[in-house]
Amino acid sequence: MAYSDKVIDHYENPRNVGSLSKEDANVGTGLVGAPECGDVMKLQVKVNPVTGVIDDAKFKTFGCGSAIASSSLATEWLKGKTVEEALAIKNTDIVEELALPPVKIHCSVLAEDAIKAAIADYKAKQEKGEPALAGAQPHA
Amino acid sequence: MKLPIYLDYHATTPVDPRVLEAMLPYFTEHFGNAASRNHAFGWAAEEAVDTARKQVADLIGASAKEIIFTSGATESNNLAIKGVAEMYREKGNHIITCVTEHKAVIDTCKKLEKQGYRVTYLAVQKDGRISLDELKAAITDKTILITIMTANNEIGVIQPIAEIGAIAKEKGILFHTDAVQATGKIPFDVNALKVDLVSLSAHKMYGPKGVGALYVRRRNPRVLLAEQTNGGGHERGMRSGTLNVTGIVGLGKAAEIAKAEMATESARLRAMRDRLNAELHKNLDEIFINGSVEHRLPHSLNISFAYVEGESLLMGINDVAVSSGSACTSASLEPSYVLKALGAGDDLAHSSIRFGLGRWTTDEELDYVIEKLTTVVRRLREMSPLYEMVKEGVDLSKMQWTAH
Repeated sequence: MAYSDKVIDHYENPRNVGSLSKEDANVGTGLVGAPECGDVMKLQVKVNPVTGVIDDAKFKTFGCGSAIASSSLATEWLKGKTVEEALAIKNTDIVEELALPPVKIHCSVLAEDAIKAAIADYKAKQEKGEPALAGAQPHA
Repeated sequence: MKLPIYLDYHATTPVDPRVLEAMLPYFTEHFGNAASRNHAFGWAAEEAVDTARKQVADLIGASAKEIIFTSGATESNNLAIKGVAEMYREKGNHIITCVTEHKAVIDTCKKLEKQGYRVTYLAVQKDGRISLDELKAAITDKTILITIMTANNEIGVIQPIAEIGAIAKEKGILFHTDAVQATGKIPFDVNALKVDLVSLSAHKMYGPKGVGALYVRRRNPRVLLAEQTNGGGHERGMRSGTLNVTGIVGLGKAAEIAKAEMATESARLRAMRDRLNAELHKNLDEIFINGSVEHRLPHSLNISFAYVEGESLLMGINDVAVSSGSACTSASLEPSYVLKALGAGDDLAHSSIRFGLGRWTTDEELDYVIEKLTTVVRRLREMSPLYEMVKEGVDLSKMQWTAH
């Protein structure tokens, strides 16, 4: 697989790997993908409730090099953006930045889904005032 | 130690220098057509082919007349299966094979299904072997051929060939085996195993690419094949086409070396393979061997590193040549159908790495691979949401994942 230098750089030096507390009301968590499909992304944002700006973003990804790079890049882009600006990030932006080959476009789609899921989770928490986990849910 | 390290001996092998040396004169000095019966150039080529035929036959306990040279095992498999199907059409139209066969067998069978043949694809058990009871139950009075590989190319699991041979013999059904991964690696005797047709390939045993052979039993029973390539009637009319003399010489020499060195080579590789496995298990938790440990080629190991995706693992060990059952590394973008057939779950197929050790693998190389792999798996697990969840006590099988 001939990856771009940017993908390799994100793979070798992933930005913002880690986890934020799911219990924190200001943290939104998105968990998308499925193990049997070969990729799962967990992406978290920590939003400043006063300014609405994303102060911190973390990810963990099970997936190929471009899945790792897509989520790593997403966390880089998220930091400093408002929630609304974050929702404007498109998978095609990620494809372009990382020069992903056509067979890897689904990795960028997954990253966009992860961003949307994390922000939806944050918004749900703000509305309900209780923690929730967007994307995957354990069966009752 | 030279990088990159080659540990993909199931895919192909380098040509042994002794093989190359044997081949060289047949490109230039003895370039004759083995079918030219009326001059010295042809005689030299024919003699070389005869020698190779004997060398290949000796490797599998056959007689030289039972060896048909082909372009490789894909052609051998096609010729065996289609040749039997067409020749024995009046006797029956049913073929039995197995879901973990190589595509050269599966797709050949699928093509025959389109032509009105009926094919049973036996499932495999968790260890990668077929069930003999299921095989017996699948046999009908229309069954003309059983085709089951000797050893699998992805997981290295060896099928119960002698037992299948006995069943086929008792029922009067022809038995073909794709023995590409096994010949030259483990003892193989056509009479002890009661096989009627055997496919083998040169480039899997330190010979050149583009040449293989099909063993076709001549006695008890005499197997007949409908030719699939029409032409000059070479190879007892079963495979027309000017013989690839250089390739055949290489195949013969490779077979001769494999036979002579099999015992020592397989003992050496088995010890190295077992050490690789033991060290990886010592360093890492949650790693699983795919397929039977007992019934396995000595140089072969297929391991799933749970919660780590195969392609990302390969990127991390990019100076080690191995292959993965991950969808991302396959042209079809599907995870390995062989690993899926073991029933361990697609996630483990995505996490699998196949190691194939070979004639020039060294302990020093394995040390490097063990250390590198351990580091990369640990790093990727630090990055894996699945590993984190499992460590938190989440049961991944009870999660409702978002399909994509």
